[in-house]
Amino acid sequence: MEALNLLTWAIDALLGLCLLWLAWWALATPELFRAIVLFVVFSLFLALVWVRLAAPDVALAEAAIGAGLTGALLMSAMARLHAATATPPELRGSPEPDTDAPKAADAGRPDSP
Amino acid sequence: MTLMRCLLIPLLMAIAVGLCLTILSLPEGEPGLQEAVAQQLTDSGVRNPVTAVLLNFRAYDTLLELVVLLLAVLGVWSFGAHAGASAPGAGEVLDALARLITPILILVSVYLLWAGAHAPGGAFQAGAVLSAAAVLLILCGWQPPAVLGRAPLRLGLTLGITGFLLVGMSTLFSGRSLLQYPPDHAGSLIMLIETAATGAIALTLTLLFIGTAPAGRNPS
Repeated sequence: MEALNLLTWAIDALLGLCLLWLAWWALATPELFRAIVLFVVFSLFLALVWVRLAAPDVALAEAAIGAGLTGALLMSAMARLHAATATPPELRGSPEPDTDAPKAADAGRPDSP
Repeated sequence: MTLMRCLLIPLLMAIAVGLCLTILSLPEGEPGLQEAVAQQLTDSGVRNPVTAVLLNFRAYDTLLELVVLLLAVLGVWSFGAHAGASAPGAGEVLDALARLITPILILVSVYLLWAGAHAPGGAFQAGAVLSAAAVLLILCGWQPPAVLGRAPLRLGLTLGITGFLLVGMSTLFSGRSLLQYPPDHAGSLIMLIETAATGAIALTLTLLFIGTAPAGRNPS
């Protein structure tokens, strides 16, 4: 059973590293949509981690609320943000600058309010 | 800003290392309260220790959690009405998926509610799955019927708390303290509370997603 123990350790280590990598990537990416998708994937991986920690009830709640509901909520917020900050066509002189970058950067900074 | 970032990264690394050291230094294999829960499990009315703790031994905490959810909805409603973003028409794939998956989600929710007594599940999980189905329908453009405008909505929101309180206070009349279920009927009482809580949690989470208070709140 040593091989199974080693395999379990490898899976656990892989899950942990994926969590850290996804969290870093979600915070560092400049596109809001990609960040939200990465957050949803992070929630799914976290649900797997809860299963590995012998907490299946928490895993069910995490998968339903973290991945499902919060993901949809963030997407809805992003849509309203774009609708609120998009300038009307008649006021646009030059080509519209990328409105994603400053807001995503604001969301990615660790000391943003 | 770069100076703050130079100070922030070592601080965060120190916190991460401290957390790792703390977790690694925890004693291995501590049973905690598992034995105490296992001893009282037969009196609690359910066979799942998590549900027994949530709905029987620490039922007061769960009641207050439902109150916190209600306060969250009131907080979101207090932002006032805002023009919601116009939902783009649902594509065919989303429409077909919603038609296919909504009955399955409702069935899964009812199963999770029933399975909470003896397996992982329970009211919160069932309510979350039900609200996910409702959010999926809303994303496809489904408008809740206007007859569920004000009074039935508020009744449904408070149904979990009032059901919980009614069951808890009914034990006062039989000589026990608040929320101390009689062991014979504890199972059915817990199922009653969980059913009311599931509806309230699903409604709360869906309203948190919708955001605005239902139209016609202010008569002015």
